[in-house]
Amino acid sequence: MAGHGTSNFQPKNKTIRWIDSRLPIFSLMNEQAVEFPTPKNLNYMWTFGAILTFMLVVMIVSGITLAMHYAANTDIAFNRVEHIMRNVNYGWLIRYIHAVGASMFFIAVYLHIARGLYYGSYKAPREILWMLGVVILILMMATAFMGYVLPWGQMSFWGATVITNLFSAIPLIGPGIVEWLWGGFAVDNATLNRFFALHYLLPFMIAGVVVLHIWALHVSGNNNPTGVSIKTSKDAVPFHPYITIKDIFALLMFCLLYGYFVFYIPNYLGHPDNYIPADPLVTPAHIVPEWYLLPFYAILRAIPSKLGGVIAMFAALLVLFVVPWLDTSKVRSATYRPLYKIAFWGFVFTCFALGWLGAQAAEGIYVLLSRIFTLYYFAFFLVLMPLLGIIETPRRVPNSISEAVLHKHDPSSGGDKEGGFWAGIKRRGKKLAGAGGGTDGPTSGGGSGRPEAAPAAPKKD
Amino acid sequence: MAATDQNAGEEHTRRDFLYIATGAVAAIGVGGAAWPFIDQMNPDAASQALASTPPIDVAAINPGESISVMWRGKPVFIRRRTEEEVQAAKDTPLSDLPDQEARNPNIGGNADNVATDENRGAIEDEALLVMIGVCTHLGCIPIGEQGEFGGWFCPCHGSHYDTAGRIRKGPAPTNLEIPPYTFVSDNEIVVG
Repeated sequence: MAGHGTSNFQPKNKTIRWIDSRLPIFSLMNEQAVEFPTPKNLNYMWTFGAILTFMLVVMIVSGITLAMHYAANTDIAFNRVEHIMRNVNYGWLIRYIHAVGASMFFIAVYLHIARGLYYGSYKAPREILWMLGVVILILMMATAFMGYVLPWGQMSFWGATVITNLFSAIPLIGPGIVEWLWGGFAVDNATLNRFFALHYLLPFMIAGVVVLHIWALHVSGNNNPTGVSIKTSKDAVPFHPYITIKDIFALLMFCLLYGYFVFYIPNYLGHPDNYIPADPLVTPAHIVPEWYLLPFYAILRAIPSKLGGVIAMFAALLVLFVVPWLDTSKVRSATYRPLYKIAFWGFVFTCFALGWLGAQAAEGIYVLLSRIFTLYYFAFFLVLMPLLGIIETPRRVPNSISEAVLHKHDPSSGGDKEGGFWAGIKRRGKKLAGAGGGTDGPTSGGGSGRPEAAPAAPKKD
Repeated sequence: MAATDQNAGEEHTRRDFLYIATGAVAAIGVGGAAWPFIDQMNPDAASQALASTPPIDVAAINPGESISVMWRGKPVFIRRRTEEEVQAAKDTPLSDLPDQEARNPNIGGNADNVATDENRGAIEDEALLVMIGVCTHLGCIPIGEQGEFGGWFCPCHGSHYDTAGRIRKGPAPTNLEIPPYTFVSDNEIVVG
């Protein structure tokens, strides 16, 4: 059972004991991946961490194998990709795994981020954990962008041109920075070559930040749908086998979707123009980035000034860093925040709308709609998050994870859906009457929706 | 440490000085060592050497025709404009232009540098317009004889340029750049 620490870790195998006393890697694994206490109420939104780790490994393995057949030279890069598709044994499979994998990686990471925003996973004591996640997101975007340049098709070339030109908006030093990025006076061989080198490097930097991300996670422990921290061992289950088996099941479901794309519609998420070799004299009529960058592209185009658009686009990403301090509510989970819940789903809708608008032509009604949704995107973070924490009356937060879980399955209680002050009192009375043996540690008082006070880390004692 | 601080003021300042001096030398050393690794990304000697195009015959271009030549990896538009196009550009008051600078390195220092049609067209031949065919917004190639002003239109983000390549509408901040070019004979120019 969780909460007993490393003291009871006694490997039977003599060799393992010998190694572990010199390099305690087995006790570390046991502590962090076997016994690690995990909230017992985690739902399937908590499986994307494992899915993302899997995706990073898949991308690195498929990427390294592709690099064995690719050549970063503008004369042959496009043909080398076709060579992979037609001549290399299973080259088509490995390339589709890699190309579709990028999209799957972003599907998973956006769901992972949405989970964090909904359940308040960025709040104390998980600010650093959240910020490391934002760093990973930015590194992922840079990696994906540079990877998309490598096939040297029309979208590769013009995507690279447009994105690198963003930096020319910086006053005075902008044009110099762009030539420095290009290694020339336009996107050319020098650019392709360095993007390949960096595309190979960045995933390993991501892997490094992922280690820090998981480290930070294992200091504070998992958040959970109630947002109430683990208070006693009754609130938790050990990571293995409860979470491992759940993660594996979710991963298999995810792989079904992934496999469907790889084997049936591998080019569905790509752009057909990228099967036209790069031509520096002809811009495609419709330049669009990959789908996962479309919301940010829509924000860029919504602002009628070059520098303003670039600032807004980067701000849309960087604002995530300060989310832990923008949200003033003391309640973590949106389950108990009726107004924030509405604002959150409005934000999700906004992201989809901006994604759709990013793929439309920059004219007419689309520009106006882009501006409206850009406004909501920023208002969600900069206005609603600070404001709702002050004006909103949260519903009663359960005293413990166990209480919340038991109530859900108690038919007489009316379930957790029933909110408000009186429902809270009613539930609380029932709970106390039937509590019997154990009160779950220090409880927060009243039915007024007070949050739990001490976010105790699930340290083992 | 605290004891040292209180008892030996002289040693304290000396040690501070040593820390700062060591740190400064280390910072200069690291900066100096980093510079070659930063500067290697700048355009190399081979790219710099592609400074100018071979002579281009512009007499063969009839009014209303354009050609594109490559210069430093970018297209250069060379267009002999029709009389109507020149007239339309001349008739546009400067106050209608979002960017009122000529963006033409070929006009001498004595010129007023405003974006009149005279300052945009070739000095020797005003109907001839030579411009870098790269949108000043985010680097796409504008399409000729398109847009609301009959000049160039960039499909990427909707910038409209007029018949003198001046930005009129859309997100692009400046007029299309004019490259340095010279007439090497009556009929031929060299870009760069």
